[in-house]
Amino acid sequence: MTAEAAILSATIWLPILGGVIVLGSGDRTPQVTRRLALGFAVLTFVVSLPLYFGFDPGTAEMQFVEKVPWIPAFDVHYYLGVDGISMPLILLTTFISILVVIAGWEVIQYKPSQYMAAFLIMEGLMIGVFCALDAMLFYVFWEAMLIPMFIIIGVWGGPNRVYATIKFFLYTFLGSVFMLVALIYMYFQSGSMEILAFHDLKLGLTEQILIFMAFLLAFAVKVPMWPVHTWLPDAHVEAPTGGSVILAAIMLKIGGYGFLRFSLPITPDASSELDWLIITMSLVAVVYIGFVALVQQDMKKLIAYSSIAHMGFVTLGFFVVFIITTRGDVDSGAVLGMQGGMVQMVSHGFISAALFLCVGVLYDRLHSREISDYGGVVNVMPWFAAFLVFFAMANAGLPGTSGFVGEFMVILASFRADFWFAFLAATTLIIGAAYTLWMVKRVVFGEVGSDKVAVLEDINRREALVLGTLAVAVLILGVWPAPLIEVMDVSIENLVRHITVTKL
Amino acid sequence: MEYNFSTLQPILPEMFLLSAACLILVIDLFLSERTRLVTYGLSIATLIATWGLIHLVGGPEREIILFDSFVRDPMADVLKTGLVLISVFAFVYAKDYLRTLDMLRGEYYVLGLFAVLGMMVMISANSFLTVYLGLELLALCLYALVAFQRDSVAGAEAAMKYFVLGALASGMLLYGISMIYGATGELAFPQVAAVIAAGGADQMVLVFGLVFIVIGVAFKFGAVPFHMWIPDVYHGAPTAVTLFLGSVPKIAAFALAIRLFVDGMGGLVEQWQGMLVILAMLSLALGNVVAVAQTNIKRMLAYSTISHVGFIFLGLLAGSAEGYSAAMFYAIVYALTAAGGFGLITMLCRRGFDAENIADLKGLNERSPWLAFMMMLILFSMAGVPPTVGFFAKLFVLEAVVSIDMVWLAVFAVFFSIIGAFYYLRAIKAMYFDKPIDAEPLIASTDTQVMMSINGLAVLGLGLFPATLLSACRAAFGV
Repeated sequence: MTAEAAILSATIWLPILGGVIVLGSGDRTPQVTRRLALGFAVLTFVVSLPLYFGFDPGTAEMQFVEKVPWIPAFDVHYYLGVDGISMPLILLTTFISILVVIAGWEVIQYKPSQYMAAFLIMEGLMIGVFCALDAMLFYVFWEAMLIPMFIIIGVWGGPNRVYATIKFFLYTFLGSVFMLVALIYMYFQSGSMEILAFHDLKLGLTEQILIFMAFLLAFAVKVPMWPVHTWLPDAHVEAPTGGSVILAAIMLKIGGYGFLRFSLPITPDASSELDWLIITMSLVAVVYIGFVALVQQDMKKLIAYSSIAHMGFVTLGFFVVFIITTRGDVDSGAVLGMQGGMVQMVSHGFISAALFLCVGVLYDRLHSREISDYGGVVNVMPWFAAFLVFFAMANAGLPGTSGFVGEFMVILASFRADFWFAFLAATTLIIGAAYTLWMVKRVVFGEVGSDKVAVLEDINRREALVLGTLAVAVLILGVWPAPLIEVMDVSIENLVRHITVTKL
Repeated sequence: MEYNFSTLQPILPEMFLLSAACLILVIDLFLSERTRLVTYGLSIATLIATWGLIHLVGGPEREIILFDSFVRDPMADVLKTGLVLISVFAFVYAKDYLRTLDMLRGEYYVLGLFAVLGMMVMISANSFLTVYLGLELLALCLYALVAFQRDSVAGAEAAMKYFVLGALASGMLLYGISMIYGATGELAFPQVAAVIAAGGADQMVLVFGLVFIVIGVAFKFGAVPFHMWIPDVYHGAPTAVTLFLGSVPKIAAFALAIRLFVDGMGGLVEQWQGMLVILAMLSLALGNVVAVAQTNIKRMLAYSTISHVGFIFLGLLAGSAEGYSAAMFYAIVYALTAAGGFGLITMLCRRGFDAENIADLKGLNERSPWLAFMMMLILFSMAGVPPTVGFFAKLFVLEAVVSIDMVWLAVFAVFFSIIGAFYYLRAIKAMYFDKPIDAEPLIASTDTQVMMSINGLAVLGLGLFPATLLSACRAAFGV
């Protein structure tokens, strides 16, 4: 292990170590605790930056590799590495984590040390998920991640938090244990626990379909895809703002990442065989869940449903590839769809985080998430209104914001596959605009809704900093997505080439 | 074979423990209530010294002494080490509880030491008679311990139930042993195995005997449908006794199963494998489902034990060295986790108040955050969530099951462990999400707190670095 190669370990363990220290600092001096937490979050982000600058976009090989035996009896290694698919997601994680720490600054008064510690530990575990190249290591991070989230929703959540958090935990647990059995099965087929060895493992179609279903259960719950999405609105509504942000911005991405790292390359034939299933589920999410979002009374629920619809684009982008490739159009269309899915993941990470933070800003002041309790917020909170309108536009996919790029790429790729896919997917431009802007209209514009709204104070510097940073990120990714696309280009092309080769 | 000290060396730890236990029994007679802690200290010291001796006489070779009735092999070393060390945890946790409820009498520790001796004999048994001897020594101590709180009606009822059912199970086991003896003409396991392998015994009689032995073993484990005693005994016994009863005897029961099924009747693997599949599936299903309905935490953990026994059986029924070592890992880990779980319940007790409901855990995070964190680790370990060691225990067992092409059984097991996760989460919910009924921090002496911390951190540490314990377990079976 060289000095350069230890970056991944550092980004995983630094926040976890920080979490332990923050936990140990106790609640007697909350200000010190918060600063400490922020320090570790920023430090982790700084440590993770070399991943981008030292990254070689010209190769699809794993980079920053670390490999140490962990459980020799089962050939399990502490094996880390990133490629163009996982690297942007790691940076997204370290970036969003800073904002989450800042967002919980004064808001969290009950046991702030445990709150901050839970977020820092979770940050480390999520990064671990993205860079684990050993299936067992991946699974350990993947499951361990549930523990801090369970605690966060359950301790700092809303009135119905216990129901929401247990539902969240059991749903995800249900999905993942079957994946565990599939991983063990593949270990005995390949004699190795390395994910990359699974990629090259020859499997029969029946085996592939069973394994694919096990993975689908795990990742579809996480993404979440219709019809296993019902935990998400509950979890989002009850979670504290920071929890919602992490959930929407990163945890959902882990499901999408799982498809790219496991389902597609390990079971390409089953994926090709069952692409209609995923595409249908994705389109249902885009259209039906969009309509569901339209009728929500609760702002957080609305954004939660909008997240499900947007994540539908991600899975759609990943699986239209199979239809495109059967038409021999390997390079442009297929890669475009998958890249669109990836861009959509990163972009949704920013936008959903920002929207949840906006709702958090309102909730901290009025302790209500009901749309009907607001109205005319622009009169008392002009700065806030500006931010909310901007993020709402981004959520609706306005050109110039990052929301547009991903959606547009996926729709374009869907055209190559089938006109009707593209047609249905494109309805989101109308439905998405409808539910987001209608919400904004009812909350922000019009007459001042009530006496309580009339005395609201505009966002403070801390909130402005968080929202401003995200706005910049959304804009940059919207007008100049090239740096992101460049780093993932080779890896995605390689993946597309890999999945077009049958394993039978 | 002539008797001199060197031939007796492998049995030295047992001899030492026996002498020390007798000595402590006598010393305890001369102690007053105030100096009762001397018994406690001596008992702990005895266990640690026994551990030293186990380490001293241990080694990679297999030694058989006392006319084929006693064996010391690497498996015995590992199991005895686990047994003795986890008993230390149990003894420490018990002290505060017994003192709070005015039950601190020397008998708890002396009976405990004799029970440990019985388990060590079981672990090292090389013949049917030795196994039975160890088993009965253990059982007699446990019957007495369950009835330890003399004026408790529930305790007396539990002890009575345990005694009657235990005697019945011992009878079954003995009957099975007599059948096998009748068919093979041998009592020592290697000879029994040799006769079975040579085909020199009537298959019909062998299987007939095997059925009764499986019943006896299943009873000792508490596998469904021979689990009836578990919830009542766990519930009725004083928590300090449940703590002992619910943890280390699983290690001994595992040894019992290995000695009987593998060492003695390895030739009948196809027969007992099928029986264990049924027992394992029933235990997993019933244990996990019924535990959901419990409000009493001791009963909940009792049903959870039943489901864990299902997992141990899954490892055993794989019929391979990998499977046995996975089951061994599971048994040791379970004993450690259960000791911690019950240990924490003993710490919730106050003078005149015996905590036993899940509701008593409410708000523990506000009362004693560190202990709540330890308990959370223990509960997540029982639920099998990484990075705690309980996950790896389940993982290795599942790997063993998948390796013999029983993927469906693995799927069955993980399905019920999802149901299992629910009731562990409910206990964690009480600790973290509910407001405390009584805001006072837990009162626990320093040694208890230290041991609890070691216990909780061991659950986490063994999860982060499971390789050492696993390779010890695998070495015991030569893989």
